[in-house]
Amino acid sequence: MKFTEEHEWLREEDGLIVVGITDHASEQLGDVVFVELPETGTEVTKDEEVCVIESVKAASDILAPIDGEIVEVNDAIVEDPGKVNEDPMGDAWFFKIKAADPSQMDDYMDEAAYKDFIG
Amino acid sequence: MGELKRTPLYDLHVELGAKMVPFAGYEMPVQYGLGVMKEHLHTRAAAGLFDVSHMGQVILGGASYEAIAGAFERMVPMDVLGLGEGRQRYGLFTNGAGGIEDDLMFANRGDHLFVVVNAACKEGDIARMRSVLEPGVTVTEITDRALIALQGPAAETALARLNADVAGMSFMDVATVALNGAECWVSRSGYTGEDGYEISVPAAEAEALSRALLAMDEVEAIGLGARDSLRLEAGLCLYGNDIDAGTSPIEAGLTWAIQKVRRAGGDRAGGFPGASRLFGDLAEGVARKRVGLAPQGRAPMRAGTQLFAEAEGGDAIGEVTSGGFGPTLNGPVAMGYVGSAQAAAGTEIFGEVRGKRMPVTVAKMPLVPANFKR
Repeated sequence: MKFTEEHEWLREEDGLIVVGITDHASEQLGDVVFVELPETGTEVTKDEEVCVIESVKAASDILAPIDGEIVEVNDAIVEDPGKVNEDPMGDAWFFKIKAADPSQMDDYMDEAAYKDFIG
Repeated sequence: MGELKRTPLYDLHVELGAKMVPFAGYEMPVQYGLGVMKEHLHTRAAAGLFDVSHMGQVILGGASYEAIAGAFERMVPMDVLGLGEGRQRYGLFTNGAGGIEDDLMFANRGDHLFVVVNAACKEGDIARMRSVLEPGVTVTEITDRALIALQGPAAETALARLNADVAGMSFMDVATVALNGAECWVSRSGYTGEDGYEISVPAAEAEALSRALLAMDEVEAIGLGARDSLRLEAGLCLYGNDIDAGTSPIEAGLTWAIQKVRRAGGDRAGGFPGASRLFGDLAEGVARKRVGLAPQGRAPMRAGTQLFAEAEGGDAIGEVTSGGFGPTLNGPVAMGYVGSAQAAAGTEIFGEVRGKRMPVTVAKMPLVPANFKR
């Protein structure tokens, strides 16, 4: 699993890159009340804003961590945004990307580096 | 802003695991371990304890209640003289243009008026009171008392364990009550839309009283985050967001707070700042009105969201002034100003969120019915 400075995680699964937000991000956001996900089939580029998450406090953008195509989104977190607080690193993933260049993953932090990053 | 101030309950907040944030010059708890959503729901289901010690507590003294009230009526368009002993009322400081300088609570406590004002406005309010009221009326800021609020349907049960007398109080009654050995000034009021009490307690005894309440099963500590969503669902204004120096009370839907005796034709009509503007607004109507807003989708519409009459084109007809998620409604909730033509409940308008116009229904306030003990 890899981590971005935007507090997203990426993990490879069946040739796709699954993306979500970290426990730390979920705690900082507070209760999540709204999630808007991209359409499947959307071509995205790294650092592009692809969806929005709103907590009781504020709205935040979720960025595409790598170039590629959105091939699957997790509608369960749209139906029940609270899942993002319950299991951000597991069931509450956001979307799956078919990566154009999987080596972009290498730029990101591993778990130990991320733990240092958030202090 | 300088150094942030702390309330007498600061150490308790930290001990309870509160997330502390700067608010109106104070370090205040925005939420505790439960989080905003559960704190909000707990308050509506049982009882929540809020620290509102950052608010200004002021005593106005003078020769008699009549002398004090008569002078205070020069600052507010409310019936102060007619307020019975042991009763409290909501009020507004107006300015010469008929705008609102602050909203407040004032209580007739026999030989004095007890006034509670917003934290962010208290310095200005106190300066204005001194300039208008002194020397005939003394203006004393109370800095050695905390102010806590116990809100929710179980507030009476909880507080009555400390003194059964509080159960006999009605909405907007005030009384001096011994609680946990402390001499408290209690009002049956609050700002959540729930039944409950606001309690002015000597600073040295505030923590012990709070601990006594928090030890009860019904009571949880609640932060400013839930206080905001509770008052929003209840349709109550946040000064600085929903009302300000440029808003007339009539536009703000606060006409009910201006008793008839102070309106045109009343026995003590006018005599407060901005009377001509308010009388004009009452007689001729206003171009914009504060309304409740129920977004039809799930996306919150936050303060600053522009409102439109149509799904496409046209100029903005207004703006959201407070908005977010309403845990009791389990959906987004907002309030804002719209043109009078769009102000009727049920009107469908549009709020622009991230470049998209989303449908929102003008709704009767409060969006969650109030639960006061009348």
